[in-house]
Amino acid sequence: MTPDRIKPLAQVEATLGTAATVPTVGIAEGGEVQAIASGWRLAVREFADNKIAVVGLGILAFFVLFCFIGPLVHHTNQSLTQPLNANLAPGATSPLGRTAGLLGTDEHGFDELGRIMLGGQTALEIGFFAALISIVIGTLYGAIAGLSGRLLDGVMMRFVDIVYSIPFLFIVLVLATKFSATVVEESLLLGFFSWLVPSRLMRGEVLTLRERDFVWAARVMGSSRTRLVYRHLIPNALSVVIVNVTFLVADSILALAYLGFLGFGLQYPAASWGDMLGNADNYISNGQWWLVYPVGFCLVAVVMACNLVGDALRDAFDVRLRRR
Amino acid sequence: MTGYIIRRTLIAIVITIGIAAITFELLHLIAGSPVHEVLGRQARPAAIKAWNKSHGYDRPLVAQFATYLGHLVQLNFGYSYKQGQSVAALFKENAGRSIYLSGSALVLSLLIAMPLGIAQAVRRNSVGDYTVTALTFILYAMPPFFLGIILIDVFALRLHVFPPLVPSSITTTAQAVGHPRDFFLPIITLTAVNIASFSRYMRSSALDNLAQDYIRLARAKGLSQRAVLYRHLLRNACLPMITLVGLSIPDLLAGNVLVEVLFNIQGLGLLFFNALQNGDYPILLAYTVLGGILTVVGNLLADVAVTVADPRVKV
Repeated sequence: MTPDRIKPLAQVEATLGTAATVPTVGIAEGGEVQAIASGWRLAVREFADNKIAVVGLGILAFFVLFCFIGPLVHHTNQSLTQPLNANLAPGATSPLGRTAGLLGTDEHGFDELGRIMLGGQTALEIGFFAALISIVIGTLYGAIAGLSGRLLDGVMMRFVDIVYSIPFLFIVLVLATKFSATVVEESLLLGFFSWLVPSRLMRGEVLTLRERDFVWAARVMGSSRTRLVYRHLIPNALSVVIVNVTFLVADSILALAYLGFLGFGLQYPAASWGDMLGNADNYISNGQWWLVYPVGFCLVAVVMACNLVGDALRDAFDVRLRRR
Repeated sequence: MTGYIIRRTLIAIVITIGIAAITFELLHLIAGSPVHEVLGRQARPAAIKAWNKSHGYDRPLVAQFATYLGHLVQLNFGYSYKQGQSVAALFKENAGRSIYLSGSALVLSLLIAMPLGIAQAVRRNSVGDYTVTALTFILYAMPPFFLGIILIDVFALRLHVFPPLVPSSITTTAQAVGHPRDFFLPIITLTAVNIASFSRYMRSSALDNLAQDYIRLARAKGLSQRAVLYRHLLRNACLPMITLVGLSIPDLLAGNVLVEVLFNIQGLGLLFFNALQNGDYPILLAYTVLGGILTVVGNLLADVAVTVADPRVKV
């Protein structure tokens, strides 16, 4: 596969309408000839045939719209605390005569529905950025390890083994006592400790790719190591890594929720879904279900949707499982 | 075989030293010396300097790490100035409840997940299979603490069947084992989270094995379904579970922290959480390194157990 045939996924999806039906080019002497779709197009078609995957993608799209477009439609005050409006059940009326919204208000008097939208923004942003950071580090690291000689490869991969054996949540929590106040810090923190799986996947892929004829051809034609990595190895190994991205997003959002629940999340008044669940055990004992279940439901739905999409992507890209 | 075990053990030791080095280095970056815990925030620079010198905190990082490693070999995990106790003593005091909690959750989840996965594989694509798959997918995406909160809400606050928290009067492991009702909800929480991943692996492993010739042969011999499943399928389908259990140690430890904090169980997880809040770095360092060692040992034991259990694995 040459690099110019690799299109961004969105662009390929746009042409899905024509790709969904296999066009018959013509009747040759030997029988029907079918156009051979590229690997990416096959993968997209396989993905679109998977009903559960489409549902997962739909859930994700819904939550992105809900969190980022929602606040434009549902205007709420999320900056000025209003103690007199605090802890209102959905539909209850405050001493100020204000009626609480669909999901009530929290202990600062913020509208909970609007708060969930804001918390979702940070959760999705951190999940996405953390996944992006770990993919970039993991891809480059794995490609370099896979390409370099036995000694450097061995040292680099033992380092991965070591970091992988440090319990993720522990080291992230310990560092979160100092660095977890902002979206950027939290993304970096999660990203820096989750690139190990992508780097292993990438290295494995590069090890098989580097013996292929087209890579040898590129070498013989005198391409530099940099060109080899960026033009040939990474694009071809990318499918494996892309499958991993969705799982990384899901894991990052979950880890973020753990940090938030334990009280090492974003600095107030910023909050992610996990931070909003930090006092969930107290809310539940006080009967304030509206501060627990809606947030928890959103969290589980987004993580589950990411996992569903990831599973479907893996099935779609896995050539061995594909129906021809 | 012996050679393989020795080789793997040596690699494990190297990795353990690496874990200790990285964790030590990272914690040194955020908390160099515990001098302020001993002398207070207002201590004079000269006093700080003298204390650091007498306790070896002015030496190069490598020398400090060498001392730390030497202590680690003697199972000396450091000293918590905040608690005024050695970390090893604190661990010994709290480990029992955590081991009881994770151990019973692990055993329970294996006992449930293995038959469940096989049953799903046998009745593949049935309504029951789909229902269980959907449930495990939801559980897999659910943070353990959120599941715990749901269970507290339903079983403790609404139905009053189980207590919402583990009473703080339970301080010894014997008491913990003697009060299964108090520990029911936390154990079920951890178990459910484990089942979510275990049963998925068990189902796919059983599916792979059901397609094998030896199952067809067993059926052709006229064995009953029960004999085929329990005598032939179960033992083969369980092999991947050995590796999975070895790999699940970090998740168990993480789950322990969340569940112990939620249910107020005086265990290692709660000790770690309190240390996080107090900035008690010797405990944080020790528990993270201990978690790393347990992970390495778990992997090592799983690899060795697989070679013992499965004669097809050549070493």
